Amino acid sequence: MRNVYLITTFLVVLTLSVLGLRGGYFTKSPIDVFPDTLFPGMKFTSKVRTQGGFSFFSDGRSDRLPPSGVVAYSQPFRGDDSVLYLGKAADGSWVRGYPASLKVDLAFVQRGRERYTIYCSPCHGNVGDGNGITKRYGMGATPSYHDDRIRNLPEGDIFDVITNGKGPAYQMGGYADKIEPKDRWAIIAYVRSLQRAQLGTINDVPAQVKTELGIK
Amino acid sequence: MSKHFPKSVNKLPLQIIIYLFVISGLATAGVTYYMTPKYTRVGYAPVQPVPYSHAKHAGELGIDCRYCHSNVEKSGFANLPTAQTCMNCHKIIKPNSPLLAVVRKSYETNQPVPWVQIHRVPDFVYFNHSVHIARGVSCVECHGQINQMEVVGEAKSLTMGFCLECHRNPAAHIRPRDQVTNLDWKASSEAEQLTMGAKFVHDWKVNPPQSCSGCHR
Repeated sequence: MRNVYLITTFLVVLTLSVLGLRGGYFTKSPIDVFPDTLFPGMKFTSKVRTQGGFSFFSDGRSDRLPPSGVVAYSQPFRGDDSVLYLGKAADGSWVRGYPASLKVDLAFVQRGRERYTIYCSPCHGNVGDGNGITKRYGMGATPSYHDDRIRNLPEGDIFDVITNGKGPAYQMGGYADKIEPKDRWAIIAYVRSLQRAQLGTINDVPAQVKTELGIK
Repeated sequence: MSKHFPKSVNKLPLQIIIYLFVISGLATAGVTYYMTPKYTRVGYAPVQPVPYSHAKHAGELGIDCRYCHSNVEKSGFANLPTAQTCMNCHKIIKPNSPLLAVVRKSYETNQPVPWVQIHRVPDFVYFNHSVHIARGVSCVECHGQINQMEVVGEAKSLTMGFCLECHRNPAAHIRPRDQVTNLDWKASSEAEQLTMGAKFVHDWKVNPPQSCSGCHR
């Protein structure tokens, strides 16, 4: 009987030393205890998955590019509000101000701040001075929002830059795929508030905040 | 009368029974430890076609998760970024790096980068990223500290038990919505987390399903 326990102990030690403990990193495909080959269709059905593969098409991908001329559901269509979707007035010039359908209030600007922080601040910096984190890695040409050229740009022009990008060979890529049109307007509102903030003087600070800050 | 069997044989049936208990105990422990996702899946860190470092981009540079996984708030599926997303910066930063050759090729030819999927739940699980994000469930709850991972590996088991742990007690896991993508955020104390969590559960009407059809359809 002693031998049986010795062999058992040996097997336990062998298992532990071969399989190791939990928590290690490994690069090989995980072992499936109930593999699909033994239980076909139980875990993974042959459906088309987002960003997955699909051998039916010659390029092997499940996500299809829209045929030319197709307008995606979220994209502007003929007759839609050209101010909201293109930043252009009826005569084709860049609009100043915001689309009539949007309410520019504190919540709108805060939404803009959130979107700005995600998508713009890596290059343009948290205060819009062009000193985002990417500058340290060689992104040289990011302009500051705080010069008169950009201060005086019509809102519609800024909208177009966010949508389609800007610069030689589009150094700034377009963000139409990432930022919804309404959010682009919210970002513009926030950028305007950043620009205003740089021109602020002591007289702009509300009296109550002045006391809190200890400023006379 | 000669002895056919030694006396110790009398104990043998009992010893065999005891041994059966021991061996079945060991087998149960072994199966539980080695044949569950905590061992088989956690730590899966495949070699990716591009040696992209989340520790660098999300951790050190502080780029928000949503810069690249841009549909995660709007869609059930958290998308991988397009090559254009990488090229937004890498047109100018390290434009000729051989490590980025695959990305540049994808950008030029319109063919996707063949990333290897790491986290994958079975098809009978309908997980929706956007609803979890909208109710203050941070990325870190299921994906671990991605912002510290040089190479991304699966950090949590993603079993049904794992899901239910949070679905039964959401207050211990949800956080302010503006901190969802801040993977280093922690409530100041456990008690604080529970009070705050309970408030969010009430205010946002968080009612995670525990019925089968909540997640299995």
